[in-house]
Amino acid sequence: MTTMSYREAMRTALREALAGDPRVFLMGEDVGRYGGTYAVTKGLLEEFGPERVRDTPLSELGFVGAGIGAALGGMRPIVEVMTVNFSLLALDQIVNTAALYRHMSGGQFSVPLVIRMATGAGRQIAAQHSHSFENWYASIPGIKVLAPATAQDARDMLAPALADPDPVIIFEHAQLYNTEGEVTAERQADIRTAAVRRPGTMVSVVTYGGSLPKALAAADQLAADGVDAEVLDLRVLRPLDTATILASVRKCRRAVVVDEGWRTGSLAAEIMARIVEQAFYDLDAPLARVCSAEVPIPYARHLEDAALPQPAGIVAAVNAVLGR
Amino acid sequence: MIAPPPAGPVPYEKDYALALLADMLRIRRMEEKCAQAYGEGKIRGFLHLYIGEEAVAAGAVRALKPEDNIVATYREHGHALVRGVTMNSIMAEMYGKREGCSRGRGGSMHLFDAGVRLYGGNAIVGGGLPVAVGLALAARMQDEARVTACFFGEGAMAEGAFHESINLAALWRLPVLFCCENNLYAMGTALDRSESQTDLCVKAASYGVQTLKVDGQDVVAVHEAAQEAARAVRAGGGPFFVEFQTYRFRAHSMFDAELYRAKSEVEEWKKRGPLHTFSARLKAEGKLTEEAFLALDHEANAEVERAVAFAEAGSWEPVEDLLLDVHSPEGRP
Ligand SMILES: Cc1ncc(C[n+]2csc(CCOP(=O)(O)OP(=O)(O)O)c2C)c(N)n1
Repeated sequence: MTTMSYREAMRTALREALAGDPRVFLMGEDVGRYGGTYAVTKGLLEEFGPERVRDTPLSELGFVGAGIGAALGGMRPIVEVMTVNFSLLALDQIVNTAALYRHMSGGQFSVPLVIRMATGAGRQIAAQHSHSFENWYASIPGIKVLAPATAQDARDMLAPALADPDPVIIFEHAQLYNTEGEVTAERQADIRTAAVRRPGTMVSVVTYGGSLPKALAAADQLAADGVDAEVLDLRVLRPLDTATILASVRKCRRAVVVDEGWRTGSLAAEIMARIVEQAFYDLDAPLARVCSAEVPIPYARHLEDAALPQPAGIVAAVNAVLGR
Repeated sequence: MIAPPPAGPVPYEKDYALALLADMLRIRRMEEKCAQAYGEGKIRGFLHLYIGEEAVAAGAVRALKPEDNIVATYREHGHALVRGVTMNSIMAEMYGKREGCSRGRGGSMHLFDAGVRLYGGNAIVGGGLPVAVGLALAARMQDEARVTACFFGEGAMAEGAFHESINLAALWRLPVLFCCENNLYAMGTALDRSESQTDLCVKAASYGVQTLKVDGQDVVAVHEAAQEAARAVRAGGGPFFVEFQTYRFRAHSMFDAELYRAKSEVEEWKKRGPLHTFSARLKAEGKLTEEAFLALDHEANAEVERAVAFAEAGSWEPVEDLLLDVHSPEGRP
């Protein structure tokens, strides 16, 4: 067991993937010489050379599409899109090509492509750089969407994503890169199941990605106050591990969903709908959610803080569903 | 403005020349039948006919080797057929039948065939271009001597996808053959109403790639140019851009009233129809007789009749299999 940062864990996974399979290569803006926007790929160019760690021009649509083609042609590309914000320029290739190829070709062609991107707000980089569009991608049949939230998961989820015959998107919340965690030598995570991060009995707090540390902080505060909250980390945003969500909700009979996306049409909304459809009579109280305020994420620190889910808001939401 | 009909000797043996003619005839007869079937409600959705442009697919696709890749657009019936997708499976696909080359999931605009390395008809204008670049990258990284040919209309050259793709292909010197089918209109928008630079080779050349501009109504010129370009790409010269100057005789799709062009313009271009001009040349050289032409035509029509019968007799995918192939079996959630 080693302690490492989420960034190092992801880099370790990338290094293992590159070393383990000659079909794997990395491509994206500034993944090589610059060392990666978030320094995730630092050192990999020196280790694996420019053929396998490819700096691309600024053309998200072009190189994501080229990743699709390379996957179709027998390679196992890992495409890094700097952030989810810029992935909007590649949306057409992801949605109209990668996700549809297999079905539209009657099962003849699948696209074994992994796309990684940073996501989320919290660093005062203002509206255009602070989006969370995981829910958009998670609504598309044909792709899988992962959101590792711990160093262990960051290390563990890449390999099964690469082994998957279909396109997989990995969201890395930018606030997580510096977080540290224990990482075991053997793999713990898969890309199918959610994980209970903190067992509890009174309320199920369902979350993922960058909101996980906030939910855990809220649970600690609640514990000091006599509230035993369970924290469930979705990890896989498509397909959702509905069974684990329902099991947690049925046990606790109350639930709060925490999601950095905007409230309207959020992933939180989808999770609540599933709970209501399948566990309505197991609930002792209406559901609640903590999402981002419906405003472009502002620059000023206090405004940004106010726009995003925070532990205090999660504590308040939990207390409300408990009628406290 | 319209160049004179192609003339001059045909530099091929009789059999080879007749094979090119036969391919054009097969596309023509197949698509005429598709239009009819559309009128009968047998084929639905978007149907983009290639009639008038057959020389491009016939001449260019035949310049490729079996190991080469093809990425095409929604106007890809001709490319699929010349590449070797059976007319039966194309027709069945248009009918939406399970026996279709895409199992009825794609329709006219999405013909796929892994067996002949046809990576599809793509119905997003410009959508196939980055995919072609990636296929070429994969070939290069795996030391495979494969050219990836990508077909697209001149309208696609206004899309960012074109610029991003050709830049990447040129930057990395990838084996991509960019085949622009310039039929002068993107739906109803004429070239000079959408592009600041109407000389498409000039536009492409700015990326440092080799270019050729050819008469796309002349199957010989098309074939020669495509062979030259494919040879250069195969030799490691990086991407090559070929502009095939052609014309669509039919409407853009079955919903197009053709308000944007004069009937007389269409009639002028029809004088340069690829089928009759090539036939006339072959006849003048003694490589084709009227009887031989009629025999080829008869064969093409018979193939079409068989394809229609095959499509009619085909089965519907059971609705229980609706969700098939959203994911690979190994990766199914
Ligand atoms: C991205 C995108 N925008 C618009 C359309 C609608 N559309 C379909 S075909 C077409 C014209 C394309 O013209 P061109 O590329 O010259 O090819 P052609 O149809 O003439 O073969 C348009 C605008 C589309 N399918 N995709």
